Amino acid sequence: MSQIVMSHPPEQTHIDSVGTYVKILLALLVATAVTTAVSRVDLGAFSTVVALGIACVKMLLVALFFMHLRHSTKLTRLVVLGGLLWLAILLLLTLTDFATRGILGVPGK
Amino acid sequence: MADHAPTETLALRVQFDTEAQQKDAATLGMWLFLVTEIMFFGGMFAVYTIYRSWYPDVFAIASSSLNQIIGALNTGVLLLSSFTMVMAVRAGQLGQRKAIVIFLILTLLFGGIFLGVKAYEWNQKFEEHHIPGQAAFHLDGVLPGDQGHAQLFFSIYFAMTGLHALHMVIGVGILLILIVQARKGRFSASYYTPVDVAGLYWHFVDIIWIFLFPLLYLIDRHLVK
Amino acid sequence: MITAAAQEREHYLNASYGLKSWLLTKDHKRIGLLYLATITLFFFIGGAFATLIRVELLTPQGDLVSSETYNKLFTMHGVMMIFFFLIPSIPAVLGNFFLPMMIGARDLAFPKLNLLSWYLLVVGGLFSLYAMLAGGVDTGWTFYTPYSTTYSNGYVVATALGIFIAGFSSILTGLNFIVTIHRMRAPGMTWFRMPLFVWAHYATSLIQVLGTPVLAVTIVLLFLERVLHLGIFDPARGGDPVLFQHLFWFYSHPAVYIMVLPSMGVVSEIISTFSRKAIFGYRIVAFSSVAIAVLGFLVWGHHLFVSGQSLYAGMVFSFLSYFVAIPSAIKVFNWTATLYKGSISFQTPMLYALGFIGLFTIGGLTGLFVAALGIDIHVTDTYFVVAHFHYIMVGGALMGYLGGMHFWWPKMTGRMYPEGWAKLSALVIFLGFNLTFFPQFILGYLGMPRRYHAYPEEFQVLNVLSTAGASVLAVGYMIPMIYFIWSLRYGKVAPANPWGATGLEWKTSSPPPVHNFEETPVVTHGAYDYASLMAEEVEVG
Repeated sequence: MSQIVMSHPPEQTHIDSVGTYVKILLALLVATAVTTAVSRVDLGAFSTVVALGIACVKMLLVALFFMHLRHSTKLTRLVVLGGLLWLAILLLLTLTDFATRGILGVPGK
Repeated sequence: MADHAPTETLALRVQFDTEAQQKDAATLGMWLFLVTEIMFFGGMFAVYTIYRSWYPDVFAIASSSLNQIIGALNTGVLLLSSFTMVMAVRAGQLGQRKAIVIFLILTLLFGGIFLGVKAYEWNQKFEEHHIPGQAAFHLDGVLPGDQGHAQLFFSIYFAMTGLHALHMVIGVGILLILIVQARKGRFSASYYTPVDVAGLYWHFVDIIWIFLFPLLYLIDRHLVK
Repeated sequence: MITAAAQEREHYLNASYGLKSWLLTKDHKRIGLLYLATITLFFFIGGAFATLIRVELLTPQGDLVSSETYNKLFTMHGVMMIFFFLIPSIPAVLGNFFLPMMIGARDLAFPKLNLLSWYLLVVGGLFSLYAMLAGGVDTGWTFYTPYSTTYSNGYVVATALGIFIAGFSSILTGLNFIVTIHRMRAPGMTWFRMPLFVWAHYATSLIQVLGTPVLAVTIVLLFLERVLHLGIFDPARGGDPVLFQHLFWFYSHPAVYIMVLPSMGVVSEIISTFSRKAIFGYRIVAFSSVAIAVLGFLVWGHHLFVSGQSLYAGMVFSFLSYFVAIPSAIKVFNWTATLYKGSISFQTPMLYALGFIGLFTIGGLTGLFVAALGIDIHVTDTYFVVAHFHYIMVGGALMGYLGGMHFWWPKMTGRMYPEGWAKLSALVIFLGFNLTFFPQFILGYLGMPRRYHAYPEEFQVLNVLSTAGASVLAVGYMIPMIYFIWSLRYGKVAPANPWGATGLEWKTSSPPPVHNFEETPVVTHGAYDYASLMAEEVEVG
């Protein structure tokens, strides 16, 4: 009989060390302090970019290490990417309306 | 292929063929649920994005009425709770039953502190007349014509932190159940899936806060002295 | 009730008795039947509202009910039909029952969650039903602000809460299906050996998981504004009511694909079986299902063309809306190509499938009309749109559901329905449907607005035709109710595979055993492999 394809992946458990988790926690706490401090500095429009950038870094640290995405299956990572992509669709396509009101110079639009 | 096992165990329910399959299915299921949560909170982030882009100055002033230091410290508390949660999962992986309980209790404690601080903050808003929809609403530093826009900020503030807090409360409930089960010795190195997926949920709620903190508390602080 | 031979054999219906064995079941097949009972009830409630609407519209004057009552009628018709009938229908009944069997699994990944999904639908439905009986809601199923948040005196919150709860039913079902399809396929059941019914449900589940949460948060915001007077959509405070519409339609447009995709899956199974031919272009049809699900999320702004949305956004959404028609058209072409030179028989399921293809095509083509900005300005909020979506939802989705019910009835119950009566009711439904809704295209184009209970005299003839059609349609829906129930006791006992269909569900007995298969199947060929099937029949026979 030819190779039977199984639909579930084999067992794998990576156990991270306590030291790893402590380091990530410290990084997260430092990032929190940094983002709070940086908000007091005048960066103009760049402030929002920096704030969101730091938040994204914190999100990645929590997701990759605390939520074990580093060791997850490809499918799990695809699911997460899909979710983020869909959030982007919601935000961006909605903004095609709210960011363009009045741009075309047609009355009422 | 052989028949399914006639008896069920926690780690191997009758619909699954192997324990690894069941664990993987549970994890995938929780991640899919978290995707629904991304879209759920996403709707509110969309509302926030639009109104902040329309009323940036009012939003900055309203944001500065929130206590930045308390917000930052509370963020730290929540991050600590994420740490203790992943330590609980790790204890599960190693089959350290007592450690599971201890770390779950610590997570519960930090979560409780976070909620307590949140309640204090909300009370502050009530005292300062920053509750939207009330006749007494007034935000200093904002023109009368813009008070409505300020109400939008606080509507979003309460809606988003309220929804987040609700998820925390549900998380606290889940932790309580897990602590009771852990004390009864339900979890081991071969079956700690509930702790694992609860951990995923808890971390996700933490990530939502990671974004809420700068978006609500840290808008252009430099504008306001 | 069952023959002696069948009585000896244990299957999922007789393995246990009593109310608890049904209300606390974890068996996906029993849960499918629980859903069947529930959504049938909701269908007839929605149908009752439709009857009142059509009776009112017999005369140009608003003389049967007040305008406020009429607003409640069309609102509650929409809410019941969409959220409590169409959205669950095929996935919750046929999907639950057959998805595990089609991939060779013993149950879904999360059986208890499946049961919870059913309870959530029931509770949600009861909330909305309570709201309707207590006085009703008059905002339209679309709940636009600021009417729903500020001015309506109806039971907005209760109805919306019912929808919110039912939404979780939908989300959990989708989640369950996705995990099951990814992780519980039998050995040898690769993705491209799965029946197209499964692909259709996979695509549907993606929509349920990604879209429904946005409806949920929209309802939460509606609640916060209406009850706690938070300002989100309030123009007096600088909010934008159109934002509500964006959030609402972000879900509600993909929702229409939740309603039609499973039906397309059913049609694929039926067309293949009754042409005794593999579906032409299997992979393309499979990918089209997923494409519909994805593209369906990019077009919602076409419901906002006249809302005050920016013209630029209107152009973007109109452009994108044309693309979503393509995978649907591809499916229609592929089904047609399947029929070509097939060995066709016209049993009842096939009649419904063929009806689907014709009526869905009309509905879909008129979708292109309304996707065009210029035409939509003229026909939006008229009966043209009403006809468009009823052609798809009733002519398409509902006929697919009925076709599926007939196709799989023998498997689910172990009984055949009476073919003569079934063919007759399919014909009655087809004729009644077209008489009801075709005049509405004309009415809409001539300018009759929707959601009005009074109209200009010159529209009366078409309205009378439409109401006449609705009465015929109602009769058409009653007949299967009667003979399906009749068949449970008096129908011919069904063999394992009455249609000679491929698919793992036909390899097991009718009704199936509790755990679906005596032994986990090992799959060695594709979904519509009639050659292998006939070879097996020769071996056995």
